Amino acid sequence: MILMSFTPSEPEKILPRLKSETITSIVKKGIRLDGRGLDDFRLFKIIPNYLPKAQGSALVKLGNTQVLAGIKLEVGTPYSDSPDEGVIIVSAEFVPMASPVFEPGPPDENAIELARVIDRSIRETHAIDLKKLVIIPGKKVWTVWIDIYVLDHDGNLMDASSIATLASLITAKVPKATVTEKGEVIVDKESYGMDLPLTKKVVTVTLGKIDDVLLVDPDYEEEAVLNAKITMAITGDGLIAGIQKTGQSSVTEEEALKVAEISLGKGNEIIAKVLEELGLSEELARPREETKEGKGSNENIEEDRSEVLQDLKDSSIENKGSRKLH
Amino acid sequence: MGGKGEKPKLIMEDGRRHDGRAFDELRKIKMQVGVLKNANGSAYVEFGKTRVVAAVYGPREPTLRHVVSPYRAVLRCRYHMAPFSTDDRKSPAPSRREIELSKVIRESLEPVVMTELYPRTSIDIFMEVISADGGTRTTSVTAASLALADAGIPMKDLVAAVAVGKIDGVLVLDIDQVEDNWGEADMPVAAALTLNEITLLQLNGTLTQEEFKKGLELALKGIKEIYKMQKETLKSKYLQVED
Repeated sequence: MILMSFTPSEPEKILPRLKSETITSIVKKGIRLDGRGLDDFRLFKIIPNYLPKAQGSALVKLGNTQVLAGIKLEVGTPYSDSPDEGVIIVSAEFVPMASPVFEPGPPDENAIELARVIDRSIRETHAIDLKKLVIIPGKKVWTVWIDIYVLDHDGNLMDASSIATLASLITAKVPKATVTEKGEVIVDKESYGMDLPLTKKVVTVTLGKIDDVLLVDPDYEEEAVLNAKITMAITGDGLIAGIQKTGQSSVTEEEALKVAEISLGKGNEIIAKVLEELGLSEELARPREETKEGKGSNENIEEDRSEVLQDLKDSSIENKGSRKLH
Repeated sequence: MGGKGEKPKLIMEDGRRHDGRAFDELRKIKMQVGVLKNANGSAYVEFGKTRVVAAVYGPREPTLRHVVSPYRAVLRCRYHMAPFSTDDRKSPAPSRREIELSKVIRESLEPVVMTELYPRTSIDIFMEVISADGGTRTTSVTAASLALADAGIPMKDLVAAVAVGKIDGVLVLDIDQVEDNWGEADMPVAAALTLNEITLLQLNGTLTQEEFKKGLELALKGIKEIYKMQKETLKSKYLQVED
């Protein structure tokens, strides 16, 4: 059990001093070790519907960071103060295989913080139309379990998790539920009633601060030397939908405003890239329609999936035997 | 955001808030230091019906041997809400919310405490919310900073904190529970003003870029007032001794 929050151990333990000093000195010239510019987000790949047993899922590879998000829908009871709304629960697991600094055990403060920041970005924007997730008003509603699984830590877990969450929400479907005369709910997991009612698209954008330099999407090594990070959740319609400063240092007012400016631009780019990866670019313009019955609408995604798999053949997870995820 | 029942009116016809405050007006604030005998430093801070006691122990030998650094003191922080602090009784077991807040509060104090002066020690900061009516994390930060100063721990600056909210479309300073439950946004900010540093920044809800800019400005204006009160509170402790 977590009793207190305490200062984490020094970065010296995971990064040689020479490397820290190099990172710190070159970012001042606008250069990063992996060749990116300060405002460059790493390339990312998404494999949607990665999990056969989840109602929505996505594997995201952001640089070498790998995050898997899975969405399960279960019939549950609504909260007493919102009887006519479904329930969302976001959890994150930093599994010990993902990094030498992760230990087995219940989620630590970092995992809890990450899950809560993503939870707020979805909840506060009403990104999921919870009113449409009611089965029997006041009694039975859908509970949307969003589980974020960090598999490989190469920095910026927040944004990788947020992208995985968005991609899995977009692909998620609600099983068909019928109410019997006795008022029992029968769920047919084989067929879907509708797409998950997603009204808005939200992603987080994280910037790190090394001395007085701001950099987008810090990787693992940069995170080891940076002083502070600011995460901003950005909606597709250009609002700031959540902020979280993390890390042991601070930011100035000017820096905070600059972060907002950069994040709003990046957020839009990331959402567009997510839709592109999912083969839904045209969706930017038109709202989602509810599918009527069955699995018809799955076909497109299946095609996209095989394309993405093809894309990934050479460079990534599919080829690295030791990292194969099956 | 959201609460039980019908949404009340948050901004009245005359532009005032449900409790009569102006948009940039803080709640009634009380501060006191040295309120506990055993702790090395302590403080009590009240923002309206929100009340927090903070205590500091240390620098002292760490109770857990693996939580130690050869370069600096380790800060340990606990934000906790008492079972009777809320409308419905709160379980005393630490919630996910309290775990997150303990972390962001620790990170709001890390930039000012001169930890490098006390290697291999731990500085423990305990905050108990005894009454919660909105703004408990910012009140806790304000109290913790006073308790650290009261303990005589060298700091680069005091940290003061306040939340800005957006209610019925208007940005207001120092939101209380009703305004938090029914408003559109809650943005807690902590800053070390002399250093020109923002040490805690969160946003729960949605703001436009322009609102964020204005909200941050409003928060820093409130922090300036709170910061002044903190200084006076610390000074007045020693004036009392002279009497």
